[in-house]
Amino acid sequence: MATIARARPRAFQQWNRQLALAYTNQVRRASTTVEPFRLAIIGSGPAGFYTAYRFMKNNEHAKVDMYESLPVPYGLVRFGVAPDHAEVKNCREKFEEVAASPDFTFIGNVTVGASSDHPDGATVPLSSILRHYHAVVFSYGSSEDRKLGIPGEELKGVFSAREFVGWYNGLPEYADLNPDLSLGAHGDTLIIGNGNVAMDVARILLKSPEELARTDIAAHALDALSKSKTHNIRIIGRRGPIQAAFTTKELRALYKLPGVEVRPYELEHPTAYDALPPPIKRRTELLSKGSSLPPNPSNPYPSVTFDFCLSPLEFDHKPEQPSSTPPNWVTSATFGKTVLQNPNQHHPSTDYETNNHREYYNQKATARLPPQPKTVTFNTRYVFKSIGYKSTPLPEFSLLGIPFNTSTGVIPNDGIGRVLTKLHRPHQLPSSSHPAHHQPHIELPHHFKGLYCSGWVKRGPQGVIAETMMDAFTTADAITEDLTKREKFLPEGEWGQDGKGWEAVKAEALKGNSNARVVSWEDWKAIDRAEIERGQKAGTGKEREKFVRREDMLAVLGDGGR
Amino acid sequence: MSTQRIFASVLPRLRVASSKNATTSLTQQAQQLRCYSRPTATLRPSGPARSSVLSSAAASAPRRVCVPTTSSAQPRTLSTSASLFHGHVDTPKPGEELWVTFIDKEGVETKIAVCKGDNLLDIAQAHDLEMEGACGGSCACSTCHVIVEDPDYYDKMPEPDDDENDMLDLAFGLTETSRLGCQVIMTPELDGLRVKLPSMTRNLQSSDFN
Repeated sequence: MATIARARPRAFQQWNRQLALAYTNQVRRASTTVEPFRLAIIGSGPAGFYTAYRFMKNNEHAKVDMYESLPVPYGLVRFGVAPDHAEVKNCREKFEEVAASPDFTFIGNVTVGASSDHPDGATVPLSSILRHYHAVVFSYGSSEDRKLGIPGEELKGVFSAREFVGWYNGLPEYADLNPDLSLGAHGDTLIIGNGNVAMDVARILLKSPEELARTDIAAHALDALSKSKTHNIRIIGRRGPIQAAFTTKELRALYKLPGVEVRPYELEHPTAYDALPPPIKRRTELLSKGSSLPPNPSNPYPSVTFDFCLSPLEFDHKPEQPSSTPPNWVTSATFGKTVLQNPNQHHPSTDYETNNHREYYNQKATARLPPQPKTVTFNTRYVFKSIGYKSTPLPEFSLLGIPFNTSTGVIPNDGIGRVLTKLHRPHQLPSSSHPAHHQPHIELPHHFKGLYCSGWVKRGPQGVIAETMMDAFTTADAITEDLTKREKFLPEGEWGQDGKGWEAVKAEALKGNSNARVVSWEDWKAIDRAEIERGQKAGTGKEREKFVRREDMLAVLGDGGR
Repeated sequence: MSTQRIFASVLPRLRVASSKNATTSLTQQAQQLRCYSRPTATLRPSGPARSSVLSSAAASAPRRVCVPTTSSAQPRTLSTSASLFHGHVDTPKPGEELWVTFIDKEGVETKIAVCKGDNLLDIAQAHDLEMEGACGGSCACSTCHVIVEDPDYYDKMPEPDDDENDMLDLAFGLTETSRLGCQVIMTPELDGLRVKLPSMTRNLQSSDFN
């Protein structure tokens, strides 16, 4: 941290003057000798790429280096977006356009901070990056799960949606998850959570293998899913239908599954219905409609049922005779009936019925378990916990004095993308009584010069790509604005950074690490081509067959780049 | 953005220089300007559009008009060796032009002559306007959200289908006359259409964070 703290204002002003001159020169088409502005982006998901795109579009001579711990780019566009949502992945075209720029460098298979979990992976310390860039953007997303913290969470058959999604999308971390999906006929499949990930899991479990075979789903997942006996799915939320987080689009996608019955959800208090905002109203209407399949009592359809205001209490394994379930496999799940309450009410009344009725249509209502909740137990063989992703700090954050809010899982920031030097406390804020346009240049008290964040690590794990894009553009514009206003960036000079970028980081951090295989954009394109070729060989019209292990990805490259 | 501002500071100097020489025509000024502007990423639409920027710089209202030219408009891309060209649209034949005006978040108007059958996303991208199409125009995101200025024009369009409504529900700043640009296809009835482009960034106050 010492190097950061010793800022050199004079050197900085000098450099800023040079930079301003360079920009003027550039307008005059004169040659320039000043070092370009160098930006490091950590993480190559949509947040990282959209930040790079916007920043490079507005700052032509800036150089952007993007660090990615896997050999392949795109983060959750590759490993999160469901395989049957190919159109959502079209944003890759834009990212390819960014990557094709001579001012952009992709640095794959290089982990920042933590040691790589693969022998061929390289590791660079964050401190080294801070020494060689003018500014750094953290856009490394969320790579952990929230935990329920209830008994039985470790039983077999209880999965986190994140690992299940990672597994069917070919994320190397979960290549060996290998779930046995053949027990689904013995009980309901429970999906706990009300986000779009819960919808994805339900849809992938019920979609026909023939349809999935045309997507880029991992081969091991296609194999296991084709043996799946999943019949009845329950999607269970802690809060009510009005507070659910899934989008109408994803709900509708369930209705579009052929031969799958979506059971209508009956609203409890239909009176206040018309006062809902149109998007929520449309979603609730769809939810209460249910799918209209012809009755088929002899051979019931696979079904999806929605349950609300239920919070899991425990998962259990009960041995049965004759046993159809392996030992330590979940056989039942018990839920408690929650009550809705107004988040602004500090001493909620204990008249739960009235409370529930009043808050039913409050979109911001929260749910909590009363002291002795009514319980309901489901016979189950699969539980998918889809209760949210979580970001974690990079290992060097505490050493370097970069704060992290572990309770919300975000890097403290000014809401625009500038990292703050300490956890924010409300009383330190500039007065909010003046609208922003009266005080356009509020200087926040604790802004960590040169550090920015973007995406889920900035605002928490929520929102579709459009939101991540807007958010990334906002961060990129903040950097541009700071550049224009000649704000300070990471300190320069003898103890500060030298703006030399990846070449300097490589020389400093990778010397003596002969195993490290850094993956360039051209390398990724070779992996990309190999995956598309593998997809064609599958003969089912498969868009691509992903490599699910790092060594297989790197094997495509041979040893040429080492 | 920074280059744009610096460029703006260069601009008055140029105009002073040209006013000294009374014989310098507007076209010459435009060429001069284009020559200066070419290396910057922020200012690179095709020639005729540039000249209108200059003429509009003198006028008070910010406005530019993209008239049909022989060369089809090229979208702005990053400086790449193998750039992808999105939103290719053809130049309308004389007499068959339909006009559409885009109004950006700063109120700058761009009036464009387009062909029947083009959609607003392709048109905007081909003319370098700030509109993204993250899903490539397949109605799977809300990044090409536009707001139709005149409700009468909104009523002339075919109703948005469920898929479009589902995405519009997620659009930031949804209004009664919101549409997705990729779903609005130009027809003779829509000649003279005016649409507003919402901001592509979050307009947060500094105190808005948690």
